[in-house]
Amino acid sequence: MIPLSWYLLFAAALFCIGLFGVLSRKNAVAILMGIELMLNAVNVNLIAFWRYLTPENIAGQVFAIMVFAVAAAEVAVGLALIISIYRRRDTVVADEIDMLKW
Amino acid sequence: MEFLRDPITFIGNWLEGLLLGWNIAPAAATVIVTLLGAFILGTFSLALVVFTIWMERKLYARIQDRLGPNRVGPWGILQTFPDMVKIFTKEYITPDGADKAVYNLAPILTVSAVILLWAVIPFAPTIVGSEINVGILYIVAVGALGTLGIIMAGWSSNNKYALLGAFRTVSQMVSYEVPMVLALLVPVLLGRTMGVNSLVEAQSVWFIVLSPLAAFLFFLSAQAEIGRAPFDLLEAESELVAGYQTEYSGLKFGMFYVGEFLHAFTVSALMATLFLGGWRGPWAEQWPMLGVAYFFVKTFIVYFFVIVLRITMPRLRIDQMLNFNWKLLTPIALVLLIGTALVEKTLQSFGLDSLGLRTIINLGMNLLIIWGTIEILRRSAHTERQQVTEPRPVAMAPNTPASD
Amino acid sequence: MDLMQISFFIFAVITLVAAFLVVTAKSLVHSALWLIVALFGVGVLYVFLDAGFFAVAQVLIYIGAIAILIIFAVMLTRKDLRDAGSQHNTIWPFAALAAVFLFVGLFFVLSSWASFTTAKPGLLAGANALSDLGQALVSPNAYLLPFELASILLVAAMIGAIYVSLIKK
Repeated sequence: MIPLSWYLLFAAALFCIGLFGVLSRKNAVAILMGIELMLNAVNVNLIAFWRYLTPENIAGQVFAIMVFAVAAAEVAVGLALIISIYRRRDTVVADEIDMLKW
Repeated sequence: MEFLRDPITFIGNWLEGLLLGWNIAPAAATVIVTLLGAFILGTFSLALVVFTIWMERKLYARIQDRLGPNRVGPWGILQTFPDMVKIFTKEYITPDGADKAVYNLAPILTVSAVILLWAVIPFAPTIVGSEINVGILYIVAVGALGTLGIIMAGWSSNNKYALLGAFRTVSQMVSYEVPMVLALLVPVLLGRTMGVNSLVEAQSVWFIVLSPLAAFLFFLSAQAEIGRAPFDLLEAESELVAGYQTEYSGLKFGMFYVGEFLHAFTVSALMATLFLGGWRGPWAEQWPMLGVAYFFVKTFIVYFFVIVLRITMPRLRIDQMLNFNWKLLTPIALVLLIGTALVEKTLQSFGLDSLGLRTIINLGMNLLIIWGTIEILRRSAHTERQQVTEPRPVAMAPNTPASD
Repeated sequence: MDLMQISFFIFAVITLVAAFLVVTAKSLVHSALWLIVALFGVGVLYVFLDAGFFAVAQVLIYIGAIAILIIFAVMLTRKDLRDAGSQHNTIWPFAALAAVFLFVGLFFVLSSWASFTTAKPGLLAGANALSDLGQALVSPNAYLLPFELASILLVAAMIGAIYVSLIKK
């Protein structure tokens, strides 16, 4: 049988890979991809905890649905912002969008 | 006798018994039989396409007052086989600079997304690929996978026109998913379940009677989803070459072609299942093979209408198509969904849940929405006509600067 | 190791390898495609956790909408069709170090937790998770308010995204 630890370790590994992606990529869209990986890791954690510790309480699943909704909203707005920035500055490399700091 | 009633379940059970007799673990035996069933289902659906392509070409021809294929086999019924041989033997020309892995994966993904749909369609009360209780959601999710194959095809061809064609195709498909999902939710509300086999069992009155507007909306949005006329802007020869399929030749193009026809047939099967009662008919529960026959008859009737719609209607422009979706179909679908939910819940909370009353009130609500929509459209067309036919001031030449 | 453990292991490895390729691929479009594989792998894991609805919802929302949006954004924010140069910025060794430290730290914290290795309890017979979830999302004394707030968030995000990316003439 699959103990809870396997799911938690898997989610931790996925989260750390996503974190690496966020911190080390140049392109803003690639950073968003890392954020998606992190959100998925969180979701796996939530569902695993629901299934193993409190399967009769539906709150775990509801929380995971909220994470789905928030991830979708965040990707939509983030990508709209990136496209808007690309139109103005012709670049989406995160290091080059630094006009606010002199 | 048992074999005659339901040969497929009979064979499945016999095979599983055989495997268990060979001392294979029960879990592995189930897995093997399931995989075999999935393989047979996929092959069967692809074999059906051979027949449907012939049917489409023949019907196309007859409506256009010509004969259609009539040389190979009686009535040209074997015409698809020489076509298959021709496509198999064509040369694969991969464009220079194309992304090879993505380029080869795209047609496979597009066809797989269509074959995956056959997993949840019930042919008979006991013959269904996989009886999951979120079947409708699965149908929508797999439809979204097909969109992915198209983007991959357009991108990996290293061709700006293919990319533009892919963008337009995907924007059309993604836009028309919205009214399709909303129209799919109406049978879920009426049948109180999301599993497809349970929905068929809940149709003691066909859902097309309970909610004709939902059936019509699903039919229209599905036509746009699969890129069929009148929404077939993207495969029209004069528009952007062949769209996302420009750089594909040989069997890879053949897979796109087969995928498109299979998608049209699958969508007809879905419509027959969800709105026309699927395998329901007299004595279908006792004789499952009769259920299969009913299912296919209904599917072919819907497919007939799909073909006739394709042949008889002119093509829409892309802006007309998107306007049609966002300004007409989506508001109607939302109003229909709210109306159905209100009617069902109100009737249920008052305990007036009998089938006859539900049918009449749902049908009435649908007709009310249809009438309201036609009224609004007629008023706005009237206003537009009035604006156009108002007397305009006579055009006079202004004083030209050169005359000074 | 029985069949379930082997399958879990295979899918977990596939997902982690795909995630790793997402953050290290040289071409952004390849990154996006590996992201789709990773999201699909996570969906399969939801099936292992008896959350079938979430598996299908994952494919529908993440792969059917979010991944396609990301691919569109990748294709629309570039001048040439090819990717040139490294995709990593200058501090990537420190990022790798941070990620590894975080993983090791999480592992130690979790393994000292009592319920770390609980086995899976059986589901109650007759518990229909799908209809329970539906009821919980719309009952006023359950989670109706978060549900409505999530809907408002989605509407706000939709309007915001349209407005931000509108080309004003």
